[in-house]
Amino acid sequence: MSGLARRLGLSLLGPVLAVLVALVISAVVIALIGEDPIEAFRVMVDLGDSPSQQVQSIVVVLNRAVPLFLAGLAVAVAFRMGLFNIGVEGQYRMATILAAAAGAAVALPGPLHVLLVVVVAMVVGAVWAGIVGVLKVTRGVSEVISSIMLNFIALGLASFLLTGPLRGSPPGASIVTTSEIPESGRVPSLNGLLTALGLAAPRSGLYGFLVVAVVVGVVVAVLLQRTRFGFDLRATGLSPSAATASGVDARGMVVKTMLISGGIAGLIGLPDLLGSQYDYGTEFTAGLGFLGIAVALLGRSTPVGIALAALLFAFLDRAALPLQFADIPSSVVTIIQGTIVLAVVIANEIARRLALRSAERAGASAGPGRDAGGDDGAPPPPGPDGGQRVRTGAPGTPEDVQA
Amino acid sequence: MKASAQAMALLLAGSMALAACASDEPTGTGTGSGGGGGAATEDLRIGLAYDEGGRGDQSFNDSAYAGASAAADALGADLQELSPNEDASNRAELLTQLAEQGFNPVIAVGFAYDDVIAEVAPQFPDTTFAQVDGSNADGAKGDNVTGLVFAEEEGSFLAGVAAALKSESGHIGFVGGVESPLIEKFEAGYVAGAQAVNPQIRIDRQYISPAGDFSGFSDPARGQIVAQGMYDAGADIIFHAAGGSGTGVFQAALASGNRAIGVDSDQYLTVEPELQPVVMTSMLKRVDNAVEQFINDYAEGNVQGAQDVLSDLSTEGIGLATSGGFIDDIQDDVQQYSQQITDGTITVPTTVE
Repeated sequence: MSGLARRLGLSLLGPVLAVLVALVISAVVIALIGEDPIEAFRVMVDLGDSPSQQVQSIVVVLNRAVPLFLAGLAVAVAFRMGLFNIGVEGQYRMATILAAAAGAAVALPGPLHVLLVVVVAMVVGAVWAGIVGVLKVTRGVSEVISSIMLNFIALGLASFLLTGPLRGSPPGASIVTTSEIPESGRVPSLNGLLTALGLAAPRSGLYGFLVVAVVVGVVVAVLLQRTRFGFDLRATGLSPSAATASGVDARGMVVKTMLISGGIAGLIGLPDLLGSQYDYGTEFTAGLGFLGIAVALLGRSTPVGIALAALLFAFLDRAALPLQFADIPSSVVTIIQGTIVLAVVIANEIARRLALRSAERAGASAGPGRDAGGDDGAPPPPGPDGGQRVRTGAPGTPEDVQA
Repeated sequence: MKASAQAMALLLAGSMALAACASDEPTGTGTGSGGGGGAATEDLRIGLAYDEGGRGDQSFNDSAYAGASAAADALGADLQELSPNEDASNRAELLTQLAEQGFNPVIAVGFAYDDVIAEVAPQFPDTTFAQVDGSNADGAKGDNVTGLVFAEEEGSFLAGVAAALKSESGHIGFVGGVESPLIEKFEAGYVAGAQAVNPQIRIDRQYISPAGDFSGFSDPARGQIVAQGMYDAGADIIFHAAGGSGTGVFQAALASGNRAIGVDSDQYLTVEPELQPVVMTSMLKRVDNAVEQFINDYAEGNVQGAQDVLSDLSTEGIGLATSGGFIDDIQDDVQQYSQQITDGTITVPTTVE
């Protein structure tokens, strides 16, 4: 039992340290720029005066969290396999523009129309990421390099398609967009649900895609934790050579993982596309793929963690507005976001080392009779690491990002 | 492994819950200030919502601020500025928050607010909105929206005239920040102006980033590379419409001993001293004047809505800077063209053929 308590304590240590350190550093920075940190934190958590304002604030946070969650999930699936998919940005941009074009080009009954857009987005995202996987297994190209390069190609290609064949906006318009997706291809908002729950009606609609995101999250969690495929994936992530030795087809796993990661990446743009924008244009939200990396790191590559990380980022993002009303620079939010991610990375590393040391000590005192990882049914870790999830890259590869 | 995820979940859920509790307390004070705002309807409270980049971009956001703060100071008004988040996905929130908290007029900076303002303005019929760089001549964005628009092509035409007159190699260049209809107005005017002086002139044209990728407005390194390529090919004057990337264009000009033309503000006055000799002139787009004028009009009750206020050569909202004295010798020619544009003898194209 004491072993379990120690494990729990050690796994808590990382996040607790990270949040504490981030709060302290942010407070110091806020004080340094001559503002009151307590006042700043108070403003950030103030959701508004009236019930409808508060509900609106929550809707804003949720609507922002949905794409962030999907982005984090896309990155995390590859992370768990030991792959660093930086190409999520390009994958979702390509997926969104082609899905927008497909959605605008056809007329289908409601649910089918949405399904078509979703399938197109996932397939395009998967194909774009699949290129990275195929390059890695056939030519040994590092996925970091190829996925960054494919980002540039995706941006250029999306721009060409947008200003050329897929242009739907009138010639003089300042914002170039694709044609609008008709009513039947849009996802209705969940505001009816909110009012049914007795909450005040918010100004903007809560994305119906929230439901899809939750389903995707559950599917990924089950896939990773409860299936043979997920086991192979995690095993390959922990030790590629050990996994290969035990019969896992590592090359096939790379391609499959990239396909899944890209498929999820394809969904990132859809909450905005089907919930509020209805077209892809020059002003379509960019950079979500890169934010996804931070979210996945913060959420330690688990679906629940990513959901919380996405909510935290979305919450901080919203807080930038009230801060400006209180005459506090909104860059405070950027500082907090950056410090949290940095602190999580450092704290994870510290917690891992502490766990390693205490396990070594325990191992030494218990002697050979008490072997590693004996006291619960956790999947076999490469060493007793105190419940800490350690993800190592392939031996000799430099892309080991999660400390 | 699962324990760690659950612990993390608990912890974050806990901190969120604490945060939620903490929000109960300050609500009282929040209401207080809100009430104060409601009572102070007599005072002018100006809301200013920036585009991507926010305050401190040394470009049109700052220019809008200069105009708004000048007007606010003169009128003793309150000025609330809001910058969007990094990817500018919360533009609608900016406008609604300003309107909701009683700021009036609310000014949105940038054409990127086109869709957003059309959505928000009708929800707040008692608030007066203005959009810099966005037209509302047809009233499609609502009866309470005024478009503050600029004839960039006219100023760019004069920049083209100056470049063609000053070029010794008969070869000039244009560097655009992001391929977009707005920047194409600059390009179209510039090309027309240069060709009006010298139909045989060679004009290299290049954009730093493609449509949808806004990095081209804030990437001096790539601006320098693009400009360097043009100077190497023989161009001796380059006009840039690339926002923050323009510094790179100036540096390329300095390195190769050539000259460049600035944009938006009088860049001779804003660049580093060592770059001043290469800033031959600047195409002025007085966002500050337009914003200041709009606020003054509003204060005097002269804003109608559902129309455009056009700044062009005739209103001096658009022009060519003379700081540094590099184009003093060709002022007569420039003035002549300017006159012909104002009286309609020359019609400047707004799109590249």
